[in-house]
Amino acid sequence: MIDILEQMLSYPFLTRAIVVGSLVSLCSALLGVSLVLKRYSMIGDGLSHVGFGAMAIATAVNVAPLAVAVPVVIAAAFLLLRVSNNSAIKGDAAIGLISTSALAIGVLAISMTTGMNTDVYNYMFGSVLAMSGSDVRLSMVLSAVVLILFIVFYHKIFAVTFDETFAHAVGIKTGFYNMLIAFLTAVTIVLGMRMMGALLISSLIIFPALTSMRVCKTFKAVIINSAVLSVVCFFVGIVISYVYATPTGASVVAVNMVMFAVYTLVGAVRRRI
Amino acid sequence: MSLITCENAAFAYENKPVIENLNFTVDSGDYLCIVGENGSGKSTLIKGLLQLMSPAVGKIIMGDELRANEIGYLPQQTALQKDFPASVCEVVLSGCLNQSGLRPFYGREQKQSARKNMEQLGILDLKNECYRDLSGGQQQRVLLARALCATTKMLLLDEPVTGLDPVVTYELYQLIEKINRELKITVVMVSHDIESAVKYASHILHLQNEQLFYGTTAEYLNSDLGKKFMRGDCDD
Repeated sequence: MIDILEQMLSYPFLTRAIVVGSLVSLCSALLGVSLVLKRYSMIGDGLSHVGFGAMAIATAVNVAPLAVAVPVVIAAAFLLLRVSNNSAIKGDAAIGLISTSALAIGVLAISMTTGMNTDVYNYMFGSVLAMSGSDVRLSMVLSAVVLILFIVFYHKIFAVTFDETFAHAVGIKTGFYNMLIAFLTAVTIVLGMRMMGALLISSLIIFPALTSMRVCKTFKAVIINSAVLSVVCFFVGIVISYVYATPTGASVVAVNMVMFAVYTLVGAVRRRI
Repeated sequence: MSLITCENAAFAYENKPVIENLNFTVDSGDYLCIVGENGSGKSTLIKGLLQLMSPAVGKIIMGDELRANEIGYLPQQTALQKDFPASVCEVVLSGCLNQSGLRPFYGREQKQSARKNMEQLGILDLKNECYRDLSGGQQQRVLLARALCATTKMLLLDEPVTGLDPVVTYELYQLIEKINRELKITVVMVSHDIESAVKYASHILHLQNEQLFYGTTAEYLNSDLGKKFMRGDCDD
């Protein structure tokens, strides 16, 4: 086991992938608890598709992918939040519209320039080679911000997640917290999607929170358990993908799936006793 | 001075008036029930009282000693709370958030206030239970304890007995009456349940997109509107 780790860390690209991946898993798990409980889980999925479209266009016009994708996805996050709250088109339908539109635009942009090739495949399902030095720095800044947010504003985030109306009434700026969470989610997704893949990144948001909820009974426990679980699952996933030469994103999701099954079982057994 | 004075207030969404001609006062120690049919503007008035929405015309004046975020609000339960993983203690403590300002954590004072309120409502032994595992009546008590943490002066209850069975409904009304009498906390309740409203409340405000009646319960029962509404209710 130690040998394998040593081997893995001897590749700089794998070290970068492990650092970025762990930090992204941590952030997405924390943000995911709030998103899942507020029934916004599909926002993650919608945003990753928007990210795919933005990156495809960036590649087509030869601009740095992140420089285009980050602002576009942030804008989309605010838009999705707005339509989820109040709109003629209901939240889930709006997310469906936006994500498929973005996907279609991305595919069109790619086919008009380079044609469908491995780049597209990598965007869709992720590539462990995609992480650069600047990604490592960005992921560190991001996770620092998310961690500080969850420590300093923990009780306010709880109140906003549990009961937005009440939180608003006692004078918490609920709109601000929603925007902040949407903003951080957008950055997390753009950062993680090139490694995990546009189609798979939302699992990092949804799985840890749902898995923890099978067993944990307090909000604090759900938060801590999700964060730890998410990082562990990512790590196990990337080791498996190295040893068995499987795609990284899919391996991580598969580990998450197994953990979900285990937690569900534990939860069911506990309720029986 | 009254806790809340409503002077000729009207509320509107996108220039469409929802409710008009509101003139009433809430004094310290009152138990006011706001009744009216669905869509009569009750929820809008609640938003106005919490100052989440400002009146299009007229004004709502808060008494010197009351600030809008010091009203203990009991909102209607939402669907997403039904399977929310949170302990009773966590939920009740979140009522203290209006006192914590920018401080990130709760102080001893707030923990004591949460404990006291859980004790008062008889849910102290459920402290570490998970909110989603509780019965409807227990959940409502938890939310009431949270509202009490947020206030020492006034509770604003939005249809607190919806979906509860008759026994639990009765217990909850008793509890609210006790809070009103013994803790001297003013109660403003929005309700469908006209019979209980006239039984417990000291004042009645009847809305139908405008103020149809405001006065004491005795006056309401003697008014034509009150007689009609009570009779209509009994016919159901």
